[in-house]
Amino acid sequence: MILGLYNYWVVVVLMMIGFYIVIAQGNLIKKIVGLNIFQTSVFIFYISMAKVDDGTAPILADGISLYSNPLPHVLILTAIVVGIATTAVGLALAVRIKGAYGSIEEGEIQARDNQEC
Amino acid sequence: MLVHLPILQVIVPLMAAPACLILGRPRLVWLFSLITSGIAFLISVSLLRQVMSAGTISYVLGGWSAPWGIEYRIDELNAYLLLIISAISTVVLLAAQTSIKKEIPKDRHTLFYVLYLLSLAGMLGIVATGDAFNVFVFLEISSLSAYSLISLGKDRRSLWASYQYLIMGTIGATFILIGIGLMYQMTGTLNMEDLAVRLPEVTHTRTVFVAFAFFIVGVCLKLALFPLHMWLPNAYAYAPSIVTAFFAATSTKVAIYLLIRFTFSIFGISFSFTTLPLQTIFLTLGLLGIFVASIAAIYQKNVKHLLAYSSVAQVGYMIVGYSISTTTGLMATLLHLFNHALMKGALFLAVGAVMYRVGSTQLRDFQGLGHQMPITMAAIVVGGLSLIGVPLTVGFISKWYLLLAAIENGWWPIAILILLGSLLAIVYVWRIVEAAYFKEPLIDREPVKEAPLTFLLPVWVLVTANIYFGVDTRLSVQVAQAASQSLFGVSP
Repeated sequence: MILGLYNYWVVVVLMMIGFYIVIAQGNLIKKIVGLNIFQTSVFIFYISMAKVDDGTAPILADGISLYSNPLPHVLILTAIVVGIATTAVGLALAVRIKGAYGSIEEGEIQARDNQEC
Repeated sequence: MLVHLPILQVIVPLMAAPACLILGRPRLVWLFSLITSGIAFLISVSLLRQVMSAGTISYVLGGWSAPWGIEYRIDELNAYLLLIISAISTVVLLAAQTSIKKEIPKDRHTLFYVLYLLSLAGMLGIVATGDAFNVFVFLEISSLSAYSLISLGKDRRSLWASYQYLIMGTIGATFILIGIGLMYQMTGTLNMEDLAVRLPEVTHTRTVFVAFAFFIVGVCLKLALFPLHMWLPNAYAYAPSIVTAFFAATSTKVAIYLLIRFTFSIFGISFSFTTLPLQTIFLTLGLLGIFVASIAAIYQKNVKHLLAYSSVAQVGYMIVGYSISTTTGLMATLLHLFNHALMKGALFLAVGAVMYRVGSTQLRDFQGLGHQMPITMAAIVVGGLSLIGVPLTVGFISKWYLLLAAIENGWWPIAILILLGSLLAIVYVWRIVEAAYFKEPLIDREPVKEAPLTFLLPVWVLVTANIYFGVDTRLSVQVAQAASQSLFGVSP
């Protein structure tokens, strides 16, 4: 039971770790790292689901008739690109925030905003 | 040519975005973006006419037939949403060049239009596509450009707002991705039509429940349903005025479209509303959203914040109409999508005009503007009346159908609560009117002139639309009715 669904357990554990970091961490960079872990778990999920028992890589070859499903692999390539773009935008924002506020700690930024009001 | 309209709808703004970089000169780029958006609008009009006369259009990309290839499917609901998005985008762009002159540094003007067109392409793509994974990709195209657009705001708080939106938005999008993955795992298909056929066979499994839950939570984050609305007020308040006007009128609408499409067409009404207590949850959250957000709006000091909270409340009305889940209820939601886009577009653009002249949107800076900028303030008054739901404005039409739907179901308490919500709208709209007309102008501020024509024209186009569609409801009601009937599977 546990061994058979090993991949899925990894997915759930990674997902929760990532999600927890996004919520609990106050540092903007760490939040983005958490977001990355969260997204990675979804990538693993898609790839695990594509696996067909005893199937090989989807390349035509003699004597092989059972292939893994290549479609989720392709989907996840797209999702990885999206993830990278999100990380890039997030980090760029963190740089700009550091420039404007002089800090990348959530608490300090909020304190400075409250002072202004 | 006519056959390819569904893909052209998306590809024209998508290709035009990088082309802006080649043109380089801000004025030229503005004109180019305006023309692009105008073309998208014309395409959506022609699509709507085709759909209304000949029924659903199915377009297969690259000639790969439906369940294997990607299909773009335009029915009444899609065409209706495409029309709203492209129309608002075009009108808002009219004022863009004037507005961003004062709000965005000159070297970023070209990039602003690139992002704007990308965002437009993303939203049109979400609506046009008939493929579940495509939805995710377009969602991220529009969201990523949205984060960058919001961070262009003058105030440094726009950066922080944009970052928070990025975190929330990405969590939402990833939830949607998980939901779609689980659906694919159970059915082996991503085509929406095909999903709708295959999902009912497996609805008893826990996987489908989980898929549904992830998807709904993800979409609710995107559409800013109370209590997942925390990212919205700051993002709208600190973004450049043009960006706020565009997003307030369109982006949450797209998420509501997704909610309707997946619950009604794909998971099916019986699964969404009978097996799960979705109706009660959405009704409660919708009503709570109306009240909490309206009361929060009353206490805001910044007019953009005030209108942003009002947007959260208006989403509440749409969700209430949706949760009634009768044809009339859904029709009210669809009408409000259209009508709210008109009123919020007009209001935020008018506030943008104030920003242009006064350089601030604090309520206190509105004092005396009733005499100094009479035409702009008149637009805000009409927009505000529409927000309240006064007869002869579009706001009345959607509230009317919403009440009708509640009463049809015998839900009198809900009807009364909806009316009470409108009373709260009177209070916050009155606060702007009071500041503008009944308070003396600030002494320490130079008197300002009326906004330039580039602002007044689009603002009054939208205001006139507010009144026109409040009197002559043929277009909006007819299309909304056809769309909601087709979602319920009733032949008209």
